Amino acid sequence: MAYPENLRYTKEHEWVLVEGDTGTIGITDHAQSELGDIVYVDLPSAGTKIAQGASLGSVESVKAVSDIFAPVTGEVTAVNEALTSNPEKLNQEPHGGGWLVKVKLGAPDELSKLMSAAEYQAYIGG
Amino acid sequence: MVDFGGWDMPVQYAGIIEEHHAVRRGVGLFDVSHMGEVEVTGRQAFDLVNYAATSAVSKMAEGQAQYAGLLYEHGGFVDDILIYKVSPEHYFLCVNASNQDKDFEHIAALQQKLGFDCRVEFTSPRYAQLAVQGPLAAAVVQQLTRVDLKGIRYYRFADGEVMGVAARIARTGYTGEDCFELFVAPEHACALWAKVLEAGAAHGIKPCGLGARNTLRLEAGMALYGHEIGPDINPVEAGLLRNIDLNKEFNGRAAVVKCAETGPSRKLCGIEMTGRGIARDGYEIHVDGAPAGWVTSGSPSPTLNKNIALCYLPAEAAAPGRTVQVIIRGQPVDAVTVNPPFYKRAK
Repeated sequence: MAYPENLRYTKEHEWVLVEGDTGTIGITDHAQSELGDIVYVDLPSAGTKIAQGASLGSVESVKAVSDIFAPVTGEVTAVNEALTSNPEKLNQEPHGGGWLVKVKLGAPDELSKLMSAAEYQAYIGG
Repeated sequence: MVDFGGWDMPVQYAGIIEEHHAVRRGVGLFDVSHMGEVEVTGRQAFDLVNYAATSAVSKMAEGQAQYAGLLYEHGGFVDDILIYKVSPEHYFLCVNASNQDKDFEHIAALQQKLGFDCRVEFTSPRYAQLAVQGPLAAAVVQQLTRVDLKGIRYYRFADGEVMGVAARIARTGYTGEDCFELFVAPEHACALWAKVLEAGAAHGIKPCGLGARNTLRLEAGMALYGHEIGPDINPVEAGLLRNIDLNKEFNGRAAVVKCAETGPSRKLCGIEMTGRGIARDGYEIHVDGAPAGWVTSGSPSPTLNKNIALCYLPAEAAAPGRTVQVIIRGQPVDAVTVNPPFYKRAK
């Protein structure tokens, strides 16, 4: 799967799409592929403040639990409720319909610490 | 791939859920060559095996397999094993990969101590093991052997051939389904793997990894060493009394009898999550708001579409129908106790 150029990526395999002062957060195709069938997603509710690098929730495959680390600092404004009943969407559309949360960006200058699509692909050896 | 007792093994091929369903509905193939083998031969082979193992070895027929515990003197598990009676003077023991060295040493030490006239051999390098599991397992394996599989009942085995190569064909497994395990010399393993997949193609056979092996055995309520059983667990606590013959002498018997007589303070039991969340190995369980036990194995159950777990709870809390709380990332989540197994195949 291609890694979209308009996303920024973390070493922990999350991505963020920045549009104005909103960041949409998800996990990468590589992450979903490593996790396998995702069966459960635990996400913060709207209004929760998250900090770059800190755990914002978790995803569970049949085999294991994995933390999701916030790629950016901000306040959660929306949660992808569709994942509660259809967590497999994370496997099917990791860079689109499987987004996790949207946040109001708290520290936009952090974005420079994240990787571009090309850097991320080199990082995962793709 | 993950490191599993020194073996590089795949957690999954196509995906745990798909592989799991293949075994419940059709057939799956597992490479379980990591399993260890110890063989006891000679005039007093029975005496040694019968003393080392908890089960009624005296009741075994030739060509029969039996599940048993190997215990320490204090009643904890060295390992759980399958005993295959090849002849009155030859017992073939299939043991867990990560325990195989200590199992061999344990049995050899008992032989030394008791002076039985027999030989204990570590024979793991001589065997590869493939497990063909699922309701269509017999249909697949029968295409590869002249041995009539209808003549091999559950927990029986025959020494014969598969693809013309010497094989021990056992109707044993770790999934709760009909099953065959094939022990062959390692040099024939790759060819056999390919042949089984070829023979099973029309039946939709899937290669399966450790992930599905774990979800399948968990649904079937089967113990995994290091989780439900271990050096600090007595077989009475683990609910394995039916695999123990108290009418004989065996290593660890006094401790088992004591635990059976006084009643265990904790018991292995099943839980199904009623709240939202998955119980995982090691999670704490609360009863009446206080820490009371722990999860030994937990996972989503692909067959039941529920989140299930095995756990240790105080004996008085382990009866079915009790609401308990699993602590998941700091939050108590409701679950209800049930009697394992979670899944039983239709006969």
